[in-house]
Amino acid sequence: MLVLDRVGKTYPNGVRALDGISLAVAPGEILVVIGGSGCGKSTMLRTISGLDPPTQGRVVLDGTVITAPREEIGIVFQEPRLLPWLRVADNVGFGLAEYPKAERRTRVAGALDRVGLTEKARVWPRELSGGQAQRVAIARALVPRPQVLLLDEPFSALDAFTRADLQDHLLDLWADLKPTLVMVTHDVDEAIVLADRIMVMRAQPGRVYEEIPCELPRPRDRQSAAFDFVKRRVLAALDRSLDRAVAMAEEVEPRAAAGGGLWW
Amino acid sequence: MLRPALGLLLPVALALFWEIAVRMGLSNGRLVPPPSVIWNTFTDLAATGELARHALATLWRVAWGFAFGVMAGTIFGAITGYSALTHRVVDPTLQALRSIPSIAWVPLFILWFGIFEASKIILIAVGVFFPVYLGVMGAVMSVDRKIVEVGRVFRLSGPAMVRRILLPAVMPSYVIALRAGLGLGWMFVVAAEFLGASTGLGFLLIDGQQLGKPAQIVAAIVAFAILGKTTDWLIVLIASPFLRWEDRFARH
Repeated sequence: MLVLDRVGKTYPNGVRALDGISLAVAPGEILVVIGGSGCGKSTMLRTISGLDPPTQGRVVLDGTVITAPREEIGIVFQEPRLLPWLRVADNVGFGLAEYPKAERRTRVAGALDRVGLTEKARVWPRELSGGQAQRVAIARALVPRPQVLLLDEPFSALDAFTRADLQDHLLDLWADLKPTLVMVTHDVDEAIVLADRIMVMRAQPGRVYEEIPCELPRPRDRQSAAFDFVKRRVLAALDRSLDRAVAMAEEVEPRAAAGGGLWW
Repeated sequence: MLRPALGLLLPVALALFWEIAVRMGLSNGRLVPPPSVIWNTFTDLAATGELARHALATLWRVAWGFAFGVMAGTIFGAITGYSALTHRVVDPTLQALRSIPSIAWVPLFILWFGIFEASKIILIAVGVFFPVYLGVMGAVMSVDRKIVEVGRVFRLSGPAMVRRILLPAVMPSYVIALRAGLGLGWMFVVAAEFLGASTGLGFLLIDGQQLGKPAQIVAAIVAFAILGKTTDWLIVLIASPFLRWEDRFARH
């Protein structure tokens, strides 16, 4: 069980990116976080990963407070972030340095097979397409067998066809390994295709605005009425969350102007 | 396949033209000796062992100067690139020193370290230091933060982060810095040997000038070219296994 307990994040310059986020994600659940830009959804993911620990509250995974990156938590970023000086297989095995060589080799081969890139094992990252590179990044994150896989807009830089392909791929991987998935996206269709639960966030400071269950049977048909129903609900929640955010932004402005007036 | 041959066309044509011009008596070739005379001087110097003796003396100075310069440049570059505070404290001073033409140090170095090998090697080391320092500092500063974060996600320790992320990331710039440093090393060894040496290719240059032997000067220049190109190629050769991943446009 992954639990966020009143998690807040205030940057040293005083900006509050997150405020009082509490939520629990069950093992094997797919939680998709959606919201306008700057609503703190990526920041929240980074607090869970341990890369940027929260300044208030705590993140707990099965009773352990997360304050630094851990083997049980994998992360895939928006960019593949492969190491250009390692071949694909060595990139996938990057997190397995402590394991014996034979173990490493079988795990890497298994992961590459799972993402369908066995024939690319000896290739340099620059020779991969964007979709292939992101699949390698997912394989690299999955190879230490994390309980939780965090995905920070992993498909947003890909074309629509590749994106749909990788979403199916991700669901296949998830069905095999059943990790807890927490994914950040700004694509409503993607959220509904993947999620068990959709969390809408709003900005300044980042808070949970609304939680929408998404319990359509898989595989999900994007053309179905049920899909459309959930989509409309999510879009409505997003609209409302953004209106609030705009109002808040206007509130903040006079204060900034007053600060600017202190030029003396 | 044809490209290197194409590049040789112009120098070979010029050499042939000059050889024929001298043979036909259009010039006496005393100040600009024809290729055959240079070749003879070169082989004579090589046969007597003089060429090897002078070349080795020069090579030895460059090797030590390069070694010291690279060591200091790498250490200072890595520290100022890594630590913002050290950068603010140390870099302005080094940049100020860099703007001094390095030859200007020569009188001081001779006073401090004598006229023998020490002052020459130090002068070469100073020449090598700056390109290496700048290259390493720039390379360390521009290591992609996002790639470093991948190291953090996989919980690399400090030394592992250096070995598995930082070193490979700075390698391409480091090789370029080393090559630039070596080029300056060869430049400064000539300056150093002009300032009173009894051996070295630089001495052959001065000797050729004072005794009116232009063929010897050109032969020494050719030796410099061969050594410079060979040592540069050695760096590229040694580094190439570490840089195979690079997508270089030069490789056709």
